Amino acid sequence: MSDDTRANESGEALIEVRAAVKHFPIKQGVIVKREVGRVHAVEGVSLAVRRGETLGLVGETGCGKSTLARCVTRLHQLTSGQILFEGQDITGLSRSQVRPYRRRMQMIFQDPYGSLNPRRRVGSIIGDPFAIHGEGERDERKPKVQELMELVGLNPEHYNRFPAEFSGGQRQRIGVARALALKPSLIVADEPVSALDVSIQAQIINLLDDLQQEFGLTYLFISHDLSVVRHVSDRIAVMYLGQVVELADSEELHGRPRHPYTNALLSAASVADPDQAAARQRIVLTGDVPSPVAPPSGCRFHPRCPKAQQICVEQVPALKARSGDPDTHLTACHFPVEPGEDLTRVTATIPEEERAE
Amino acid sequence: MSLLEVSDLRVSFRTTDGEVQAVRGVSFDLEPGRTLGIVGESGSGKSVCTQTLLGLTTGARVTGSARFEGEDLLTMGEDALRQVRGARIAAIFQDPLSSLHPLYRVGWQIVEMIRAHEPVSRAVARRRAIELLGAVGIPHPAQRIDDYPHQFSGGMRQRALIAMALALDPRLVIADEPTTALDATVQAQILDLLLRLQQENGMALIMITHDLGVIAGLADEVLVMYAGRIAERADRRGLYYRAHHPYTNGLLESIPASSGAGARLRPIPGQPPSLIRLPSGCAFHPRCAFAMDRCRNEQPELAAVEEDSRHRSACWLPSHLLGTNEQVKQEREAASAAGRVVEEGVA
Repeated sequence: MSDDTRANESGEALIEVRAAVKHFPIKQGVIVKREVGRVHAVEGVSLAVRRGETLGLVGETGCGKSTLARCVTRLHQLTSGQILFEGQDITGLSRSQVRPYRRRMQMIFQDPYGSLNPRRRVGSIIGDPFAIHGEGERDERKPKVQELMELVGLNPEHYNRFPAEFSGGQRQRIGVARALALKPSLIVADEPVSALDVSIQAQIINLLDDLQQEFGLTYLFISHDLSVVRHVSDRIAVMYLGQVVELADSEELHGRPRHPYTNALLSAASVADPDQAAARQRIVLTGDVPSPVAPPSGCRFHPRCPKAQQICVEQVPALKARSGDPDTHLTACHFPVEPGEDLTRVTATIPEEERAE
Repeated sequence: MSLLEVSDLRVSFRTTDGEVQAVRGVSFDLEPGRTLGIVGESGSGKSVCTQTLLGLTTGARVTGSARFEGEDLLTMGEDALRQVRGARIAAIFQDPLSSLHPLYRVGWQIVEMIRAHEPVSRAVARRRAIELLGAVGIPHPAQRIDDYPHQFSGGMRQRALIAMALALDPRLVIADEPTTALDATVQAQILDLLLRLQQENGMALIMITHDLGVIAGLADEVLVMYAGRIAERADRRGLYYRAHHPYTNGLLESIPASSGAGARLRPIPGQPPSLIRLPSGCAFHPRCAFAMDRCRNEQPELAAVEEDSRHRSACWLPSHLLGTNEQVKQEREAASAAGRVVEEGVA
């Protein structure tokens, strides 16, 4: 990447993450808590979300995607690294200093049951952001809230109902309305449709799409479901064990995945088409994702990688454009997959025992 | 003879709000060694249906019959049913953590299961358990057998449950959303495993899921359920390429990847109905883009839509309108408009 494009990119970046690291200490002991280990949840992630785009973040359980999202919105404090919002470093800001930024970045959560207080009425849940940020008098809020409810496809007359009276899809709409209340620029959506039925899922995806068009929103969209992420995202970042292993335009990533993990993930995604399902070769990875408490040395994917060689055990591959790829397609792999290469036929050249855990 | 023959199964629960009609007249059969997929959204009755077969819906009012190897599971006594359950019909559920007892070792749970049905010694049962854990792909089974469930990852727990389900060589395995709680790459492993074991053991498989993608590669026949009834039944290709029921087509069109990136999804409007206050006529009509006057009043029965096949659909639209290509869509519009005009003229 030339210096030109880099400058250009940071200029249009709404939010930028630089070398973000987040560790969670594991403590033991009854009276004196000693740190006995660390969960390496996010390990040196750098990425930028441009104004108006949707950046998809995919990965499996425990890859650190949700932790990263919570660091971006400052729900977690980074261990090291920086978060820049419109070029302003917000990493070290105090609670009150960060508040003006908070209203410009909102979150939508996965669980429409757990993220709404069951004892409060929907109107007051959606109106909460106004109260917290001291916007408008109490009696001015109701019409605003009802406007929001209408915007997300809820009946404004249901203002006084409790969350339990709504279905899963409707609750997710409540969450969306609450996130939109203060007219944010960035919405961080953490698995917003994963808990919903297929037909309802499509409704919510369309709603998010409409809102983006209407308000010029920027999305950081997190999901484990590749087909959903592909549908909504302009660019996609694939995470594995706390690191971004591949970052590219959505179609580029699906058309020419370079990282073996991305290839495996794509081949494992279910397709609702019997002929395609029968024709494709699944790359079945061996084993499970290693523990983030003691991540493997070198490339973190090497114990499961069909292409792993000695260098993968020793050296961490850099996330950069590989030969033949456009500048916007970054891969962290020593031996990226070549177009047409059949990963199901490749066997690793290093013996099982040497694959450091 | 079919392995399993369910006819006119109806299950309802009494609650303080009224009677929940979870299953409303479901019939299907399953041949030995075949795979049946049951697809539906939450509340479609897909799980209640199979739980009833296993006698797990206590307090429900059940009518109809379910003949398994000639015996009716619904009228069988509790003791007789216990002999069938686990041994000849095994089940695998969605959440592998809550299906295993957290305070007992995994191996102990498998050994007990075997010894509950067969008069073998602990040592023999344990050897069989180790073998089974190895067969489902758990590394170092001889050591891992003494682990507690929390020491297993999600994928390994599901493997352990599959091992337990297969321990007594059942003729039928009912898998209720077996991969929903798992990550994509692990899901692929588990589906491959189930398919391989089925080919080796020749057992029949009922696979319940909300995800049409999961069964696209493995079901011989698929039932689509909506509001406690079967909306459509077809072989795999028939269902995915020549679906008749608007609900099936709606489900297929709601799946993101199918319509290409960026294209707008076409979700089914509204939400599934309450099973206490069901809509009149066809339960799907309030959400159906093609609803005719008839659909409001008369409930359609499953009827053949293709000759020479078992493809059936419960919908009043003309039976030759299959699939989602543009011409068929237009004809479907026209047919549904024709079905409305008459009564609108009267009104």
